[in-house]
Amino acid sequence: MAKAAAKTKAAASASAERRPALAGRTLSAPGVKVEILPPAERVSLRAPQASIAALSKALGVTLPVKPKSSAAKDGRTALWLGPDEWMIIDEAGNDPLADCAKVTALHSAVGISHRNVGISVAGPAAAVTVNSGCPQDLSLEAFPVGAASRTILGKSEIVLLRTAAEAFRVECWRSFSDYVFTLLSEAASDAAN
Amino acid sequence: MLLIRCPYCEEERPELEFRNAGEAHIARPTNIAAESDDDFEKFFFIRANPKGVIYERWRHIHGCARFFNAVRDTVTDKFVMTYKAGEPKPAKLPGAAK
Repeated sequence: MAKAAAKTKAAASASAERRPALAGRTLSAPGVKVEILPPAERVSLRAPQASIAALSKALGVTLPVKPKSSAAKDGRTALWLGPDEWMIIDEAGNDPLADCAKVTALHSAVGISHRNVGISVAGPAAAVTVNSGCPQDLSLEAFPVGAASRTILGKSEIVLLRTAAEAFRVECWRSFSDYVFTLLSEAASDAAN
Repeated sequence: MLLIRCPYCEEERPELEFRNAGEAHIARPTNIAAESDDDFEKFFFIRANPKGVIYERWRHIHGCARFFNAVRDTVTDKFVMTYKAGEPKPAKLPGAAK
């Protein structure tokens, strides 16, 4: 009982102090809306081939093995970043790091929830907006819904996920978030023209 | 912009995602302490620097982050082919006329 109370108190004070980078910033332009997404749990996961099955089971989402792909289930998304590297994003409030900790198979899971900031780019001009700084082919044939890739935006490294035909999730490092958001905002204003 | 095929991502990606990492297939001596100064200089500093086909290491640093090897022509700046790190030098290059 006392333990539960202490936990609640700690959680309350932690949330009171937490100030996510750029929280609440949005920009609406004709054809596209850029906004900062709410905080999410994130894990950087490295694992050999032999551990994929056990980790998929513990996380509740099958780790994709196909390049430039992702898998999502119950608010949790696993993004393929490299042949033995994934990024797990949990938007449902569960802790993927704790799920990985239960796995005895060889793996390395690092919590990076506060390292990254998620930015949503949505609207008919979303692909044009992201393409203003990202050199990849973002047509639906080359970058379909669910496609995910680490790439660059301007001078900053990002992880790009296509969540819908006209919506992207841009994940960048917290310290780059001001630059990335400003670049996307400028691009959004230009995209309509 | 050049498009470079990453053998791990299995598709062509824009060159901005890549970084050159020097000449490929340079084997580190197994007993480096026993190397003579001349041999060490050859291993450590001396590179082929050819005019024509060169074998290089590249890294898809803003992508899958893997190192791989690429065959490039230094005159035309064209990539002949790419292959995974650890694989031997290709015996025959595609489209080699000579």
